[in-house]
Amino acid sequence: MVEFFQQMINGISLGSIYALIALGYTMVYGIIRLINFAHGDIYMVGAFIGFFATTVLKLPFFPAFLMAMAGCAVLGMIIERIAYKPLRHAPTITLLITAIGVSFLLEYGMIWAMTPQPRAYPNLLPTYQFNFSGLIVSVQQLFILVVALVLMVLLHVLVQYTKAGKAMRAVSYDKEAAALMGINVDSVISYTFALGSALAGAAGLLVGVYYNRIDPLMGIMPGLKAFVAAVLGGIGIVPGAMVGGLLMGVAEALVSAFLSSTYRDAVAFAILIIILLIKPAGLLGKKTQEKV
Amino acid sequence: MRQELIERRLPWLILTVGVYLVISVTSALGILNDYHMINIITIGISIILGVSLNLINGFTGQFSLGHAGFMAVGAYTGAILTMKFGFPFPATLLCGGLAAAVVGLVIGLPTLRLRGDYLAIATLGFGEILRVLFINWSYVGGAGGMVVTQRYTNFHWVYAMTVLTIIVIRNWLQSAHGRACVAIREDEIAASSMGINTTLYKVAAFILGSFFAGVAGVLYAHAYYIVTPASFGFLKSVEILIIVVLGGMGSISGSVLAAIAITLVSVIFTPWPYLRMILYSLALIIVMVYRPGGLMGVKEIQLPALSLKKKEGQQVGTP
Repeated sequence: MVEFFQQMINGISLGSIYALIALGYTMVYGIIRLINFAHGDIYMVGAFIGFFATTVLKLPFFPAFLMAMAGCAVLGMIIERIAYKPLRHAPTITLLITAIGVSFLLEYGMIWAMTPQPRAYPNLLPTYQFNFSGLIVSVQQLFILVVALVLMVLLHVLVQYTKAGKAMRAVSYDKEAAALMGINVDSVISYTFALGSALAGAAGLLVGVYYNRIDPLMGIMPGLKAFVAAVLGGIGIVPGAMVGGLLMGVAEALVSAFLSSTYRDAVAFAILIIILLIKPAGLLGKKTQEKV
Repeated sequence: MRQELIERRLPWLILTVGVYLVISVTSALGILNDYHMINIITIGISIILGVSLNLINGFTGQFSLGHAGFMAVGAYTGAILTMKFGFPFPATLLCGGLAAAVVGLVIGLPTLRLRGDYLAIATLGFGEILRVLFINWSYVGGAGGMVVTQRYTNFHWVYAMTVLTIIVIRNWLQSAHGRACVAIREDEIAASSMGINTTLYKVAAFILGSFFAGVAGVLYAHAYYIVTPASFGFLKSVEILIIVVLGGMGSISGSVLAAIAITLVSVIFTPWPYLRMILYSLALIIVMVYRPGGLMGVKEIQLPALSLKKKEGQQVGTP
């Protein structure tokens, strides 16, 4: 039983990272109906920016954290401007292929610049562990959970209670109508990318701290799993991404503990396929009818 | 009519036989060495993969990202049949293709209800699940892979299979079935309201594409001595996708040309593997932004028809 709760705790801290990445997927999908394949790689770039900030610039945790978020926000906006904006009216598949191209460009560009060798992440947080009658919770896990929760609450407030958030919701609801109401659709899309990428950058740095190890291909699997999390919760729905992320993290931790860790990656895709076949709109989504 | 058909087909027949003879003779004379030949075999396998994926992605418009998974099924089936059961190669080729087709049916039936990007991710998911299953299957060597000592794959087999793939898929596309597939690509709802059984044709195209991916897998397994789960990951699926996208989604000759070009580029860039991937990804982005249909679009290369008439005005066939 202790083992079960231990895995739940591990799963929740992993899941909050998935949730952070999934938020970016969901926001971008909600606004331009694009599965931003490169999102997982933006998270990787965030981890590397954090690595440089702490090792080369010798910054402490929080400045490095902000730097990773800011760097990824800018990167997200640049990618949107160069690769996706010319394709605003192209078919979904064209956008998806472009996104795959961007993803590979980031991965192999980073390998080219940094060599494929994994790097050891500096220890930025205390490694103290609390022991609650057999349950071990590390400071890092608590920290990841708290940071993820704070960021999600901030995002929720931003989307629901600010003018910029209102504009984002309007664009995601109906792009043309929003433009007619005087909303600058291009800049809304641009800062949606910035926001989503900043969250991915935050997740990248947190993962670097948690696992102590980063490499240029680290974004592929978490990126895909976060996408599954977004679909699980209902893509385009912000709270759905949080729920989906946590569920994915827990499912993965339980499978690797009680079944076999080699099935860890398969479980994510099995969840994806089941959810797509049973409830394609996701757990929190509403069913929509296609119109001709 | 028959005469005209022969006149149109003859240039292709001459080209096919000609390329075969040139490569066989130069290889027999030692002008093309083993290194050249293995690259030619790789080109052939890439053409089979590209053309078969083009049937699914380009012609039927069902965006699949799991083609390497079907290739893996074929490769493992082939490896098991020759190594554990001593099957002859032609039987292995057929069984590898059939096994991949069956898996294609099992995967295609549920997932082809999905559309566009969801289908892409679902097929990607199935491809990854297949890979994880092979990693966990100790009978075929797990993550370390399976060694294939019989090197059955040679130029002649690859050439025959490549030509067979192109002919079968081309003829399928020229038939009523193929037109149904293209109609589904253009507008699924309109096609369905014209009485086309969209599920049937989507699954059929998926099965046919998977079959040839399986055949390519068998050829691959017997050309490279070893099959490992890692060689059939997402990266491989994307490499096949690049061939289809660059050549043109909906152009068989485009896929053939792209497969040749991509393989040659890989060979040239062997010392700089990462640069090669950067080049591919830039090519994907640039082609999508500036020429979203791919280099050939939906056009095919046309060879001029040969005139068999001996003299001006002479009637050869029936009027």
